[in-house]
Amino acid sequence: MTKFILRRCLQALLVLFVMSFVIYALIGLMPGDPLDLMIQSNPGATPEVVARLRAIYGLDQPLYLRYLHWLWDALRGDLGFSRTHSQPVLEVLIPALWTTCKLMLISFVLSVILAMVLGIVAALKPGGWIDGLISLGAFAGISVPVFWLALMMILVFAVRLHWLPASGIANVGDGSLLDHTRHLIMPVVTLALANTGGFTRFVRASMIETLRMDHIRTARAKGNGEGRVVLVHALRNALIPVVTVMALSFGTLFSGALLTETMFAQPGMGKMIYDSILSNDFNLALSGLLFATLVTLVSNLFADIAYGWLDPRISL
Amino acid sequence: MRPDAAIGVWTLRWRRFRRHRTGMASLFILLALIAFVLAAYPLESLLHIDPDTTDLFARFDPPGPGHYLGMDEAGRDVLIRLMVGGQISLLVGLLATVIGGVIGTIIGVIAGYFGGRLDGVLMRFTDGMIALPLLPLLIVLGAVDLTKLGFSADFAHSGAAGFWRIVIIISIVDWTSIARLVRAATMQIRERDYVRAARAAGAGAPYMMATHILPNIATPVIVSFTLTVGRVILFESVLSFLGFGVVPPTPSWGNMLNNAQELVTTAPMLAVYPGLLIFVTVIAVNFLGDGLQHAFDPRSEK
Amino acid sequence: MSELLGVDRLSVHFPARGGQTVRAVENVSFSIEAGETLALVGESGSGKSTLGFTVAGLQTATSGSLRFQGETLTKATWPAARSKIQIVFQDPFGALDPRMPVSDIIAEPLLIQRIGNAASRRTRAAELVEQVGLPRDALNRYPHEFSGGQRQRIAIARALSPAPLLIVADEPLSALDVSIQSQVLNLLKEVQEASHLSYLFISHDLAVVNHLVDRVAVLYLGRLVEVAPREALFAHPAHPYTKALLDAVPRIGRARRRHSGIKGEMPSPLNPPPGCVFHTRCPKAQPICSKVPPALEPAATPGQSAACHFKEA
Repeated sequence: MTKFILRRCLQALLVLFVMSFVIYALIGLMPGDPLDLMIQSNPGATPEVVARLRAIYGLDQPLYLRYLHWLWDALRGDLGFSRTHSQPVLEVLIPALWTTCKLMLISFVLSVILAMVLGIVAALKPGGWIDGLISLGAFAGISVPVFWLALMMILVFAVRLHWLPASGIANVGDGSLLDHTRHLIMPVVTLALANTGGFTRFVRASMIETLRMDHIRTARAKGNGEGRVVLVHALRNALIPVVTVMALSFGTLFSGALLTETMFAQPGMGKMIYDSILSNDFNLALSGLLFATLVTLVSNLFADIAYGWLDPRISL
Repeated sequence: MRPDAAIGVWTLRWRRFRRHRTGMASLFILLALIAFVLAAYPLESLLHIDPDTTDLFARFDPPGPGHYLGMDEAGRDVLIRLMVGGQISLLVGLLATVIGGVIGTIIGVIAGYFGGRLDGVLMRFTDGMIALPLLPLLIVLGAVDLTKLGFSADFAHSGAAGFWRIVIIISIVDWTSIARLVRAATMQIRERDYVRAARAAGAGAPYMMATHILPNIATPVIVSFTLTVGRVILFESVLSFLGFGVVPPTPSWGNMLNNAQELVTTAPMLAVYPGLLIFVTVIAVNFLGDGLQHAFDPRSEK
Repeated sequence: MSELLGVDRLSVHFPARGGQTVRAVENVSFSIEAGETLALVGESGSGKSTLGFTVAGLQTATSGSLRFQGETLTKATWPAARSKIQIVFQDPFGALDPRMPVSDIIAEPLLIQRIGNAASRRTRAAELVEQVGLPRDALNRYPHEFSGGQRQRIAIARALSPAPLLIVADEPLSALDVSIQSQVLNLLKEVQEASHLSYLFISHDLAVVNHLVDRVAVLYLGRLVEVAPREALFAHPAHPYTKALLDAVPRIGRARRRHSGIKGEMPSPLNPPPGCVFHTRCPKAQPICSKVPPALEPAATPGQSAACHFKEA
């Protein structure tokens, strides 16, 4: 087991290393470069000055040298300076990470609870009309474009009904918990709805399979009530694959968070990455993307370990 | 022998599929959608409307004769743009699925057939791809400046470049699930005796893959391709919406929502139509995949 | 008679978990004459299928060599030999590609070997379908339309299509109903007479072997323990393992002996016992058996040899 975890950690590190180079190279391919922006604001710069500036910033060096230079700095905790925020990257990154975590965690819990209830109810009578309805809803959840769902929420609850604020995390001058919560409702519900569909389908499939197994028949034959059979005997076994799938869905969840944050103007990682790419804030974009990769890798690692731990049949 | 043994396997599957209500309904919806997007051609010539011509005097005109769904924020006919945008969105969905599917199938078949160290390397690579956050990666790829890759500025900013760029970036990111599926299926088929018999007769790897392996793994791959189409259409819409995909004036269901945030207050229906079409298309594609899975699974015969 | 296939000190090892080695076939030598049928008999796990696969070119040998028509088979000479050595498998359901019509299945070895053209291959498939006793319209049908026995006929027709000299038959009867077994056995005999074939007939069942074969080779834990002409083997088995196998065969006019079976289970090929590999289960075992591995040496009857320190002489 320890050997397995170690091997997976090494693999994850390798992927992170390769990705850091790929993203570094890709960022370099985005329109403009740091000097262009400097030249724009200083039209008097002669070609000689530009060349000297290039040399000072190391932009005349080949890609791999620039990358190694960046990597060395990054490993010492220096991720550079964000141009748009005029702050070190880490100081922009950490509050954004917190906002995203809050959004993701709340909607994750919400969608897990919803999916459990709906999945179990659907699995009790597969093929019945309740199952049909829930399946339809689950398919809708998988198929809806998240940004459009957010748009429709805004249209209905903010524009038409005026129930909830359309964007931001709080009204200016109002720091109350109620205000914060009101601003969080639509992003959380949007993200949760988008994830519940897939989760529900997994819970349902896993429950149906488990309820067919012999030990469930035995539990019924022993005279256990149906509720006890479903909740105690079946659910425990059905949860094993579900937990893995949910942990593995972190990447999807993050993509959803990126869109939700952008739509509802939540200052999280997703919106930060998006804005930094749009505004050519290279350092911030690079670090943000790497952070997203790192967190995804770690959550996948946890999923693997949890799977081996929950299911004794898997020998690692 | 089963009594229906003489009936071809595809006939049986079609029978099973026909009894799958949502699958059949989706098939009809998708056919209707295809008819809808293709109706752009007759409609354009009939009403003499060009989907890209702007008319600033007709901004946000309400629906009326000749313009059944009204005009958009630049005074273009909404209905025609929905049709033409649908062609683009559906085409991106199909092309990226096929290209990504071919990449995934090739990698999966090679890994599964040869096994050993090659398999190890290819699967580590696939696992690495799966572990990445897709959307941010797609955004970065979408933001890449084509002139820095040596393309001419004219091409880099053309509609064709925008179209092919999104097809290619989606297909190089979204091939992993098919690769894994194909690999697992190939490893099963590889151990069948008919494959051994062909090997004993001296068959090489290309013959084996083309003749025995691909035809026998086709069914799960078809289902997976179908589900991928839905996912790709969603990716296209998101990227185009964020401004990294199909570039205006070429419409796509995604980029028609570019200005949606303001539209929600001024002309909400302009924000509703394209999203609704994406939603209906993707849900139909997913139900179609579900129906195909049901039809291909011999256990679903009651 | 002339030698068709020679197997010379052949070993096949597989790597196993934890750096161990499975010694599936260990230092096996025998030969098959043209037109002869040699049975390869052993329990499951004895390495008989691995040996058969190696002869059919599906498995590479770790050491030792194969000789075919007097020529050592190497990477360079295998391709030409492939059409002369064919294989029939145990499970007729897995042996035929469900997506191919029967005519393509039968003609496949010809296609792979690039023998003839499409028309001549079709003609050959039609001939073979009749030869193996299937209706002509079988050609355009698919495997799932046939029963197990019929499928095995199709598999035999496929093996026959490139006019081979040797067919490796890997337990071709054991997956079939008893009533079908004798039909397929007769078919194998008929086609052998018609085209002067040799068989390497792999079986775990000595009773089946009695009807078809000329000689029998007995395999235990990857080693050859006895090779003998059929009559000699059935009349006076030289190796205690062969004797035990024979005692397990029910025969008319004689009650099946009760405690004649061999004790215990076959040891793991991961960790074969030292000396004679059979000594852990042998009723005749002496101290020497656990130390010195016996060589395969001539026994009582001409043509019979056995690997045992105390063989019946």
